[in-house]
Amino acid sequence: YIHIINKADMAASKGLKILVGCKRVIDYAVKVRVKPDRSGVVTEGVKHSMNPFDEIAVEEAVRMKEKKLAGEAVAISVGPPQSQETLRTALAMGIDRAIHVEIPLAQLEKLQPIHVSKLLAKVCESEKPDLVILGKQAIDDDCNQTGQMLAALLDWPQATFASKIEPSQDSKQLRVTREVDGGLETIDVSVPAVVTSDLRLNEPRYATLPNIMKAKKKPLAKMSPDQLGVDLQPRQEVISVEDPPVRKAGAKVESVEDLVGKLREKGLVK
Amino acid sequence: FQASRAASLLPQLLLRRRPAPAGAFALLARPASSASGGLPPLTTEIHPGIKRGAFSQLTDADLSAFEAIVGGDHVIKDADEVLSYNIDWLRICRGQGQLVLRPKTTEEVSAIVRHCNKRRLAVVPQGGNTGLVGGSVPLFDEIVISTSRMNSLLSIDPVSGVLVAEAGCVLEQLDREAASQGLMMPLDLGAKGSCQIGGNLATNAGGLRLLRYGSLRGTTLGLEAVLPTGQVLDCLTTLRKDNTGYDIKQLLIGSEGTLGIITKAAILCPARPKSVQLAFLGLDSFQAVLDTYRLARRSLGEILSAFEFIDSESMRAVKQNLGLSCPLGEHSFYVLAETSGSNETHDREKLDGFIESVMSMDGCATDGTVAQDAGQFAHLWSLRERIVESLLVDGYEYKYDVSLPLADIYRLVEHMRTRLDGRVIRTAGYGHLGDGNLHLNFTTPKFDAKVLELIEPHVFDWVRDRRGSVSAEHGLGLKKSQYIRHSKADFAVRVMAEVKRLLDPNGIMNPYKVLPDE
Repeated sequence: YIHIINKADMAASKGLKILVGCKRVIDYAVKVRVKPDRSGVVTEGVKHSMNPFDEIAVEEAVRMKEKKLAGEAVAISVGPPQSQETLRTALAMGIDRAIHVEIPLAQLEKLQPIHVSKLLAKVCESEKPDLVILGKQAIDDDCNQTGQMLAALLDWPQATFASKIEPSQDSKQLRVTREVDGGLETIDVSVPAVVTSDLRLNEPRYATLPNIMKAKKKPLAKMSPDQLGVDLQPRQEVISVEDPPVRKAGAKVESVEDLVGKLREKGLVK
Repeated sequence: FQASRAASLLPQLLLRRRPAPAGAFALLARPASSASGGLPPLTTEIHPGIKRGAFSQLTDADLSAFEAIVGGDHVIKDADEVLSYNIDWLRICRGQGQLVLRPKTTEEVSAIVRHCNKRRLAVVPQGGNTGLVGGSVPLFDEIVISTSRMNSLLSIDPVSGVLVAEAGCVLEQLDREAASQGLMMPLDLGAKGSCQIGGNLATNAGGLRLLRYGSLRGTTLGLEAVLPTGQVLDCLTTLRKDNTGYDIKQLLIGSEGTLGIITKAAILCPARPKSVQLAFLGLDSFQAVLDTYRLARRSLGEILSAFEFIDSESMRAVKQNLGLSCPLGEHSFYVLAETSGSNETHDREKLDGFIESVMSMDGCATDGTVAQDAGQFAHLWSLRERIVESLLVDGYEYKYDVSLPLADIYRLVEHMRTRLDGRVIRTAGYGHLGDGNLHLNFTTPKFDAKVLELIEPHVFDWVRDRRGSVSAEHGLGLKKSQYIRHSKADFAVRVMAEVKRLLDPNGIMNPYKVLPDE
């Protein structure tokens, strides 16, 4: 799949078309509980909201529109019927229209980044965005895979863990600052490209009332994995999900001798 | 500093913990006092007219007796440690208590009080010490009896919703325990991280959700207390209905520790709502606030769980003094309307309807937001819950808490603002609009007796003339006991004095508080 964009000066063009991925996850403030049968975590009746990194991605797309770098911003979510609420939040923040790829509940638990990236790749074929912005990882599975897989499927450049996105010096590419272990790395990528957002990219806005009302009227299209011709056969099987080990209480000692004695007991010193 | 959302988001994402409680009291390092050397002035200096009652002095024999009851570790005599028990949260009072006792059981409390009653030693019951009227600290050398060690949760019944706990349990911890059973505590206030349920009952604390869940007078099913003679009053029942005789616990609720020390309580907890939504609106007149409230009651009806208003001066304090950011532009008033219900779709629909009405109504809110996730929810609430904390940064705070007819609420703020123009840093008005309860605060860099003279008794007279209450929920404590007759008939006050004499013949239980000295 090759998509060629007019490489004219980005500032003069009518702006990039951006596709933003949003995932509905358990709200980060909720105390997650493991199901008694250890097959997963309790999601029934639990507060869900947009993945925080995706909020940041949505915010970036809206800001790029405001700066006239982008012309149209489309939000997409792969998930259950309730993902529509997540998309409404994106619309209320300033996204123009939304696409919901609805996954039936039976297949939801077994959905993996490989499936999501294939679905997104198919949508990219028809939507032809210039830039796809995804959250760097979802806070429920912490996979950090979808953006990278998508770029590989599309054979597009990728700029992950972005903390800044701006036009490059010659305005023909995007200059992305990435957060890496050693510090910050700045790279230029040509569009179309996949970028994943990191925490410091921006601070998401609150959805204002007028925008919340407008969001109800913005187009929200529904698609199914069958329509997109993507097979959702799981490649992995979750064997069990468990709580992390309970932290054992520490012990206070009265003197250095006691400390050394205890360390010896545990075989930590000879 | 800039308390940006991203900066607060990072540790939470990394640690996957609940966001820190919005309650200011748990996190706040005590603000620097206005007075010399960082300590507030002695209360006896501010109120030189109050004379020490005819109580005995502490002796070594008393100390031995107390040590025998609670053990040497829990008899605190060290001056530095005792000092913190002598200063109230607002740092406007400093007592001269020499001794703090920390009992673990009702029996210990009973033994202590019996001894004090026999010896005529004055005592002050103290829970979280978050009271705002100087009621929880000594004035002279009263002995502080702290309930902090009595912090066991005794039982929660998930079917009936009844929670039984010792008086020293911190409100927020009780709420967490209740949450694990799908329940919630029926009250919520900014001090939740530090206040204890015994103190909440003793002050009949109101808080943010009284509008929805009612007052502790309704939700407290039973309690156990130690009376000033040392006798244990066991009215601890978990029954929802029990009309057998006089309801004596109602005397203790709201008595501010002057009729006994509450040791256990049985509280009826409502079901924890599955869906909580929060709308935050910007309005430009107080009439718009009242109209919005009327709309909220009509369109949100049974799911409305809180309705708070904040004026522009309070918002300025929160922004300037604490660095919090407000997502809306500059407005004369802000409103927080919260809903709690059992069905998210249903509640969202109702909230959408309310918002549509609010936006189409002339002169109503044009600017506003709805919290999209728990982080936004907590941040928006912090703009209201941390106002008290932000005002303390100015220096010295004069705090008033009154009930008034709704239409008069902001008239009082405007009137006092004009009266104190140029003499104070700010006049802030905010509060539980749904309950007709205004919190009115003034700040100066240091305590200024002339400012106090301009405020009192004028503000209380203004309230009395409109048949309001001079203390809606904070109680009388030390600071307002002289004004009780502004809101209660003289005969009623005399009946109260009779009850006090009956239960506390030697007057040892939290003297100088609530009732005026006769």
